[in-house]
Amino acid sequence: MGPEDIQVGNFFNRDVVSIKDFSRKDLEFIFSCTDRVASLKPHEKAELGKGRTLGYIFYEPSTRTRMSFEAAMASLGGSSIGIFDSKTASVEKGESLADTIRIMDLYSDVIVLRHPLDGSSRFAAELSKHPLINAGSGGEEHPTQAMLDLYTMLKVKKRIDGLNIGIVGDLKYGRTVYSLLYGLSNYDVTIHLISPPTLSIRKESIYEAMKDLKIIEHENLDDRILSDLDIIYVTRIQKERFPDPQEYEKVKGTYTIDTSILGRAKSDVSIMHPMPRLEEISHSIDNTENAIYFKQAAYGKELRAALLALILNERLI
Amino acid sequence: MSDSNQLLVRRIRNGTVIDHIQYGRAMFVLRALNITGKEGNVVTVALNVPSSKHKKKDIIKVENRFLEKDETNKLALIAPHATINIIREYRLVEKRKIVLPDSIVGIFGCPNLNCVTNSEDIKSTIDVIDKTKIVMKCRYCGRALTVNELVS
Repeated sequence: MGPEDIQVGNFFNRDVVSIKDFSRKDLEFIFSCTDRVASLKPHEKAELGKGRTLGYIFYEPSTRTRMSFEAAMASLGGSSIGIFDSKTASVEKGESLADTIRIMDLYSDVIVLRHPLDGSSRFAAELSKHPLINAGSGGEEHPTQAMLDLYTMLKVKKRIDGLNIGIVGDLKYGRTVYSLLYGLSNYDVTIHLISPPTLSIRKESIYEAMKDLKIIEHENLDDRILSDLDIIYVTRIQKERFPDPQEYEKVKGTYTIDTSILGRAKSDVSIMHPMPRLEEISHSIDNTENAIYFKQAAYGKELRAALLALILNERLI
Repeated sequence: MSDSNQLLVRRIRNGTVIDHIQYGRAMFVLRALNITGKEGNVVTVALNVPSSKHKKKDIIKVENRFLEKDETNKLALIAPHATINIIREYRLVEKRKIVLPDSIVGIFGCPNLNCVTNSEDIKSTIDVIDKTKIVMKCRYCGRALTVNELVS
């Protein structure tokens, strides 16, 4: 990308509902714009969202997603308003999602929504006149997380094609995994899915990605798999998903990424996590070169800033 | 329909004959069309009828009901190879093949209980993503769905 104005083209006023709506070309354009926006001087960046308002509605808890959107909007010179505790809003009085979206649409230039129902963002985007960004819809999707995950892979590994990627943990309920798999289906990668059988991937949710992906499923993260992986993408195993607590105790340690695992993996293996992490990544590896989950969270702000800039502007200077 | 099959299911004066239903699917067809028997009209169901094309088929004859095109959308999933024959005064006045549409709006609910279509006031929209294997997808929650999941 040259120093000339960036033609935003089909991103201006665009909804971000599903990663499936973005081609490889689209994603690569977003990644190059992320580099470009990140390199701008603060006063240049602050022109991209000046006088604009981001409205967020979070029906579920969030730390990184909400804060990174707020920080991203602030870096563009814009402001944020919103609901992050539905108990303090009319949602608690029984207001429908539809009405909440219609109201937020009156007060903001772009809406960021997290909601526990699958498909909630597509529905909300149909109602909203302003562009809507899905920040997590039930167990379905979290497209901006997948975008930042791919961007992180690209920044750290300098490529995505040809990578061997292990995705470990709760693959059934974690929405980030579904968006990530669809995002990765644009690339030539080999995916190892590692989970207990009770938490294995929902095939019906990746039907369209399966024809483009090389997927191998495993129950254990053994040495044979470990030695192949360029990236280990770890997700949180949620205790509450196990009907039998003893089953949880049995599997939780299986997937803990610690110095012992690193010692048996490729020396340059990268450990990623959408966060929050609990016991699945030992703090003992936080300061290693392999641990890139904090870098990943930092890229989240940069990528979301670029995405907002693309959505809010006809041209980027 | 061969002569031997006509012996099994008598001719009707007015109504709809749904022929070439994949065997075993007749009951799903009745359910999709909301034919319970309480409507009062004569309904004849023939199961496992010998068929030259598919070895076996099911046939339904509904007297005094003329199936509309929007209703055939329902059958496109359950009985995609069926033919709809509209009969008036014992004469075949219209013969329709069922064409699997690209999407089906407002007929089937999404079986995913966590789908927004089951909570908010939305017409469910099912997109057909694989016409050969007959795989659908809820436009909202994105889940791939089989015929059995939609019909049951």
